[in-house]
Amino acid sequence: MNAHVADTHEHHGPEKGLMRWITTTNHKDIGSLYLWFSLIMFLIGGVMALIIRAELFQPGLQFVDPQFFNSMTTMHALIMIFGALMPAFVGLANWMIPMMIGAPDMALPRMNNWSFWILPFAGTLLVATLFVEGGAPASGWTMYPPLVLQTGAAFPMLIFSVHLLGFSSIMGSINIIATIMNLRAPGMTYMKMPLFVWTWFITAYLLIATMPVLAGAVTMLLTDKYFATSFFDAAGGGDPVMFQHIFWFFGHPEVYILILPAFGIVSQIIPTFARKPLFGYSSMVYATASIAFLSFIVWAHHMFTVGMPVAAELFFMMATMLIAVPTGVKVFNWVSTMWRGSMTFETPMLFAIGFVMMFTIGGFSGLMMAMTPIDFQYHDTYFIVAHFHYVLVPGAIFSVMAAVYYWLPKWTGNMYDESLGKFHFWISTIFVNILFFPQHFVGLAGMPRRIPDYSVQFTDFNMISTVGAFGFGLSQLLFVYIIIKTVRGGEKATDQVWEGAEGLEWTLSSPPEYHTFTVQPDVK
Amino acid sequence: MNKLIQIAVGMMGAAFTSGAYAAWETNLTKGVTDISHEVYDLHMLVLYVCIAIGVLVFGAMIYSMIYHRKSKGHKAATFHESTKAEIAWTIVPVFILVALAIPAAKALIKMEDSSNADLTILVTGYQWKWQYEYPEEGISFFSNLASDSREASARDSGIDPATVDNYLLEVDNPLVIPVGKKVRFLFTSNDVNHGWWVPDFAVKKDAIPGFINDMWANVNEPGIYRGQCAELCGKDHGFMPIVVIAKEESEYNEWVEQQLASAKETEAAANKTWDMASLMEQGEKVYTTSCVACHQAGGQGIPGVFPAITGSAIATGDVAGHLDTIMNGRPGTAMQAFAGQLNDADVAAVTTYQRNGLGNSVGDMVQPSDVKALR
Repeated sequence: MNAHVADTHEHHGPEKGLMRWITTTNHKDIGSLYLWFSLIMFLIGGVMALIIRAELFQPGLQFVDPQFFNSMTTMHALIMIFGALMPAFVGLANWMIPMMIGAPDMALPRMNNWSFWILPFAGTLLVATLFVEGGAPASGWTMYPPLVLQTGAAFPMLIFSVHLLGFSSIMGSINIIATIMNLRAPGMTYMKMPLFVWTWFITAYLLIATMPVLAGAVTMLLTDKYFATSFFDAAGGGDPVMFQHIFWFFGHPEVYILILPAFGIVSQIIPTFARKPLFGYSSMVYATASIAFLSFIVWAHHMFTVGMPVAAELFFMMATMLIAVPTGVKVFNWVSTMWRGSMTFETPMLFAIGFVMMFTIGGFSGLMMAMTPIDFQYHDTYFIVAHFHYVLVPGAIFSVMAAVYYWLPKWTGNMYDESLGKFHFWISTIFVNILFFPQHFVGLAGMPRRIPDYSVQFTDFNMISTVGAFGFGLSQLLFVYIIIKTVRGGEKATDQVWEGAEGLEWTLSSPPEYHTFTVQPDVK
Repeated sequence: MNKLIQIAVGMMGAAFTSGAYAAWETNLTKGVTDISHEVYDLHMLVLYVCIAIGVLVFGAMIYSMIYHRKSKGHKAATFHESTKAEIAWTIVPVFILVALAIPAAKALIKMEDSSNADLTILVTGYQWKWQYEYPEEGISFFSNLASDSREASARDSGIDPATVDNYLLEVDNPLVIPVGKKVRFLFTSNDVNHGWWVPDFAVKKDAIPGFINDMWANVNEPGIYRGQCAELCGKDHGFMPIVVIAKEESEYNEWVEQQLASAKETEAAANKTWDMASLMEQGEKVYTTSCVACHQAGGQGIPGVFPAITGSAIATGDVAGHLDTIMNGRPGTAMQAFAGQLNDADVAAVTTYQRNGLGNSVGDMVQPSDVKALR
């Protein structure tokens, strides 16, 4: 290639108008598409959560019928997991992985376009179930048979939507692995990769290993309903519990798919604002890999009450408790990174610290429910609801917000409004605790999950929780406002953006060129 | 806007101060069995361990956030690893976990040993009620949500749930067990997965169609113990509570005698010929316990989910087809086979009621003997 050709290539910018977004193969464009999609689904799923909390404000049925309530809990979970959180992390991976490893783009740019553009169709199909005969799926996002087989016209739409979401995730993961393995800049050895890249590398393997398992499980549901098979029907020689085993063999690694990238984000942000290198880089990598490995051998802790041999219950209890060890290592390492640093508390750091504290609270309740005999009391109560919302909302979602505040100035070239950002953090943190902390109490006091109406002794804490939910939900409108305001303009960001930031992405201009690292940097 | 805030504040104020709502229970129940006490102690143990670790970790973070900040002029240290510290905080948690796992394993092994039981009760989950069978005594009955709770829970019922005794936690026929005996529960289901949970016994087990699970309880104190279905089982998952009355052995034996006597009366009722009025009266009762959850109070059903009775081709058509649907159910749908759940008189009554009530007026009657002939 001669110099002239290379030069014209440099100035090749995006197409204009809508076609830019439909035909794009650029990792930055696709990253943005993923993130906008995620934000929209987050708001849709959030509205469903508010419908749930409004109904639970007081005992008795005020706003919705039980069947629709069950549809709301089911759809809220599916949309938040597959529509909001996973695409948010894939969007961040698209934007940041090439920029962090010094690559010009993702390794498979056309497939990248496809893996995004499947999503709006899958999401639409899923949301459209709300309008078909029999209503949206109402059997819980876990889709346990035989109950799920009672779903009406929504059933095949649900299955096909899960298949599409799976295709998208698998293609996205293949792309991430191919990019990380092949497109690292010279000198960027594996043990020099930023931790966000490492955690995504491992997450991508988890996705490839587990999404086909989910696809197989839901396909068996489909044939059980329409093609007279009996995989999960005892009357035909099948086993309804087998579905739960297969589902959670996917489902538990899925939990780590939703949290490992969050670990990566926090491991980028804390060193920046502590102005001190990440403590125990290699033990962080090993801990991530250990968590990923353990995630494959603990699935049955989601179903301790299903009736298993004592030996199996003991094995799954102990394997689950073991996860506390590598997770503890991570928390200790983050605290040690902060220790004797020179900290400032800009919005990304606030969200990252909020993540560490509240994720740890979720981790503690996780350790409690790992213990089988007491899990019999916690199982399917609001204690569980509190647990997984602590790890997913002030856990995973806070990490996404931290990442957006951290990299938005890089992406747009504009600084966000720092006081508004801090205000967003504080109201989110206060309300998220008002929302979820009381759920520990009602759960322990005996309130089952997935019920539209409850006995009057649970009223007080449910009211508090609903107040928190509306506060938290409305706070997120501020987040949307801050993002739009920053995209449209604002104080210009420097290339370095944050004083203590290190890594290849900060060597690029803010905003970066449409094509970056067409010549790969040398990493010392 | 101001008015809205006033209403909201008023509602919350009223709710928080009203006596009926004043329950700030924040912890797990200790329960009334030796096992439930053990489970409670384990729960408190692991809770204290978590709080201790939390105090250390959060303490270090908060100290660091106060003293190691740039605005205080703190200069960043440069250390980024310490093999000793990292080994320590890998090994020490392992010891803590082992210390927790040992008592947990002991408790679990005890909980799962349901051998040498004094009494066995078969619990079958249905959408949305429980059936209790005492195979040795020959007792069998269904346990439905109490009707005052069901009425109050309807949307726009206008009934304040706080005025209903044990709202959503009361049933028509409670389970009765003796105290001081090892009672073994067998669990299965007639349709979808359910979960039988009584917190005071620390017993929660899934009821799964085609499989039988077991668990046991030896209750120390007489009393009324309440629980709920724990596994999502469809529309009325939140409306199939569990009530267990634990009685002294002599009172329990009396209760068994009563049950056997009333079973004989029911049998006698099935052998006589009923008039229209008593069929309709009994039919309405059966309808409100067995049919109303799906087909709704007015017989209108839920479009797209549960078909209407009013004007339905089955309920206004040939009586044989109507009886077949009620007795044998519709495989592949939520319509259950009621032949095993209702006695001859109840099937006859509810069929007559559906044909001549709920807006239908076919005019014919079904007698218990007609039902008996089909069995």
